Amino acid sequence: MKGYMKREDDFQTRRKHLENLTNEELHNKFWSLLEETVDPLLEVARTHTSPSVERSVLLRMGFSSIEAKPLVEMAIDRELISKGVGHCIYKVSKENDLSIRDAGLEMLEGKYWDSLKF
Amino acid sequence: MKNYKPNEKLDIKDILNDIENYTPKRRGWTWREKVDNLVMNGHTYSDCSKPLKNSIGIQSAVQYFENLDPQPVEVITTEIASGRFEDDIRRMRMAAWHGADHIMVIRTAGQSHYDGLVEGTPQGIGGIPISRKQVRCHRKALDFIEEEVGRPINYHSYISGVAGPEIAVMFAEEGVNGAHQDPQYNVLYRNINMVRSFVDAAESKKVMSWADIAQIDGAHNANATAREAWKVMPELMVQHGINSMFSYKTGIKKENICLSTVPPSAAPVPCTKYDLPYAVALRDFFSEYKMRAQQNTKYITSSSREATVTHVLNMMISKLTNADIQSTITPDEGRNVPWHMYNIEACDTAKQTLVALDGLLEMVELKTDGYLADEAREIKERAILYLEELIEVGGYFEAVEKGFFVDSGKYPERHGDGIGRKLDTGIGAGTVYERDDDYFAPVTAHFGYNNVAQYDESLVDNPAKLIEGCTFEKPDKIIFIDELDEQDNVNERMKEAEEFRNTNMIKPEVEWLADGTVVLEMCLPTDKRTAEIASIEIAKNMNLSNPEVIHVEVLHPSEGIRVQVKGKTDFAVDISKLEIPKEPILLSDDKLWETIEEKPLKVVAATVGEDEHSVGLREVIDIKHGGIEKWGIEVEYLGTSCPVEKLVDAAIEVNAEAILASTIISHDKIHYKNIKKIHELCIEKGIRDKVNIICGGTQVISELAVESGADAGFGRGTKGKHVATFLVNNRK
Repeated sequence: MKGYMKREDDFQTRRKHLENLTNEELHNKFWSLLEETVDPLLEVARTHTSPSVERSVLLRMGFSSIEAKPLVEMAIDRELISKGVGHCIYKVSKENDLSIRDAGLEMLEGKYWDSLKF
Repeated sequence: MKNYKPNEKLDIKDILNDIENYTPKRRGWTWREKVDNLVMNGHTYSDCSKPLKNSIGIQSAVQYFENLDPQPVEVITTEIASGRFEDDIRRMRMAAWHGADHIMVIRTAGQSHYDGLVEGTPQGIGGIPISRKQVRCHRKALDFIEEEVGRPINYHSYISGVAGPEIAVMFAEEGVNGAHQDPQYNVLYRNINMVRSFVDAAESKKVMSWADIAQIDGAHNANATAREAWKVMPELMVQHGINSMFSYKTGIKKENICLSTVPPSAAPVPCTKYDLPYAVALRDFFSEYKMRAQQNTKYITSSSREATVTHVLNMMISKLTNADIQSTITPDEGRNVPWHMYNIEACDTAKQTLVALDGLLEMVELKTDGYLADEAREIKERAILYLEELIEVGGYFEAVEKGFFVDSGKYPERHGDGIGRKLDTGIGAGTVYERDDDYFAPVTAHFGYNNVAQYDESLVDNPAKLIEGCTFEKPDKIIFIDELDEQDNVNERMKEAEEFRNTNMIKPEVEWLADGTVVLEMCLPTDKRTAEIASIEIAKNMNLSNPEVIHVEVLHPSEGIRVQVKGKTDFAVDISKLEIPKEPILLSDDKLWETIEEKPLKVVAATVGEDEHSVGLREVIDIKHGGIEKWGIEVEYLGTSCPVEKLVDAAIEVNAEAILASTIISHDKIHYKNIKKIHELCIEKGIRDKVNIICGGTQVISELAVESGADAGFGRGTKGKHVATFLVNNRK
């Protein structure tokens, strides 16, 4: 077996504190417990990113899926994903007076990464 | 795209043409428009929506009610999964005509683990690889189909796996209206790292909220996976709750958050005792959210009858607890990837049942005490206890690590057999990165920390302005990729069946154009095992290739076995070489009633000669069988073995407008001889120009009857309406 917990049904003893709640109180308790459950998950999501999140940013910036994938990988290799891959392209475009698309395509060829300073 | 008429097939090439420049005409989910007290054909409907412009009603609507086709207020889903998007399109059109307005396209097996977007039009297994081109073609086709039927159609697929946010962006750009999105599904059933799943889910959901995409969760999978499905009810509430709350907090409005609910049990267990309290508990807790009700599939078998009964019973629960979207699982899902006609059957089952139950809650109500209330309360309390322990052990991630989920015990009972995942394992583990203080993304609908202010404080709420708009504001920035695989694409696939595409050649099909598949059904007087093998032999003898048993039912261990076998035909039919007789045009019930009421019509009828057959004629006459009496035609019936003289005399006596002579026995052409005799007698008695002579019988051929002197002859399959129409159109 997987070694997870086994337990007999102890519903009757476990429910004692819920017994006298009205249906409305029960309803509110359910939703406040859920809020407590998901808030830490939302905080992780708020403060973190992933390759897929970054690729989705690049799609919105006008890159194809075929271009977005290596661009994100290049940023990860250079430890720049924490800045935002779209950010890297934005910065290159501003500093070199290129369109967003041209900046990204040049970076796909390996250019400009080394001059990126945060 | 061309504006197709109902009698024209959609041309897939027309849809593919210029697809790189197609933009969807709208975005977002659409609910049906309820019409209060809708009156149709004199009936008042309480729970129905705006009728369609073009549709096909259920069979009885077509046969008895001139296609009376009220549309329930619930959105009706059909799931399409042929693996070839080009064939899916034709099925979508069929389903829309039968009342589906939520087309859910299943993804190919394995797409969850594909790290990026699929491009082009590769073929899938049990669904299609969801790519921009395929989604765009589908949406383009539906943009036409919804005009044709006169109701918006929601297009739906899946945002999950390790490329969720990209798929969400592509769906938003392409006008997809609904999607499954639930990080718990990734974690439990696809073994995708849980941190990655939730980070990705937040971004996906934020994008979905921007595009007004309705979301369906994945909790129903716990039901299908659990050892005893009715025991996971408390957990199902928890899973629904986690995804609903998480979605709401990322920005999706509650009316776009739909729970994927499934009645957990099915007969032979006393399922309503489990399913109804569960549905009531769910409705109580999730009163602000929407319900997408699906039928139980955990206990589905290869019997399409049984699946349909479960579907109908489950819709009773939907009706009693107000489901908003009624999914239809096809009744053949227990034996194969759904076929065209079963999608349609399931849509019709939903429509038939929901219309049949119209107004139910105006007449009955659920009890608020006793068993139902007690059970519902217990499920809710168990769900709360579940959440309390989840928080006590340290939160969601810890609970998953400890195997909390999909345990077969009814919580708080635990069997120790749940699905556990580790925080640092699974697909995509170690691919989540903390954002730095200067993290930035210049796009719309990006979730979480985004330091826009470092570039422009005034654009904190509109970061895409820094790049003059992203693809959401400027769709012309989208880069369309056509095909990446020279072999595996729609153009190559279409060549395979080219001789059948909009030509005179046809073959039977169940999922792909000209797949040749047919089903044989038989009853064999032997035992089960022998019947299975024998049925294959029978199919082979009928020249079916690849025969396969798809359903077996024991009628008795030795007396009879019911078997369904599928197989493929390898011949085609040239429809241009068929001789197709014209279909008779029949008058409507109203027209017949009206005309006969204005000018009454009397006939005499009998079976003539030495002939005791009476069934056929009675069918044509009797009101009970839809005979000519139904429209007020007066019939003087003289019985069987009636001499022709007697029949003609009776016609004179009652001043009948027509003589109906039934003649079954055809030996030595006696039937035509009798007709001739009637004709000659009528001339002799001077009434031939005043009466119609109509003869009928299984061996009667119209042309030969007319040659023998009758005005019309009616053969096998004649109904009262055929005769009534002739009588009214040919009065003398």
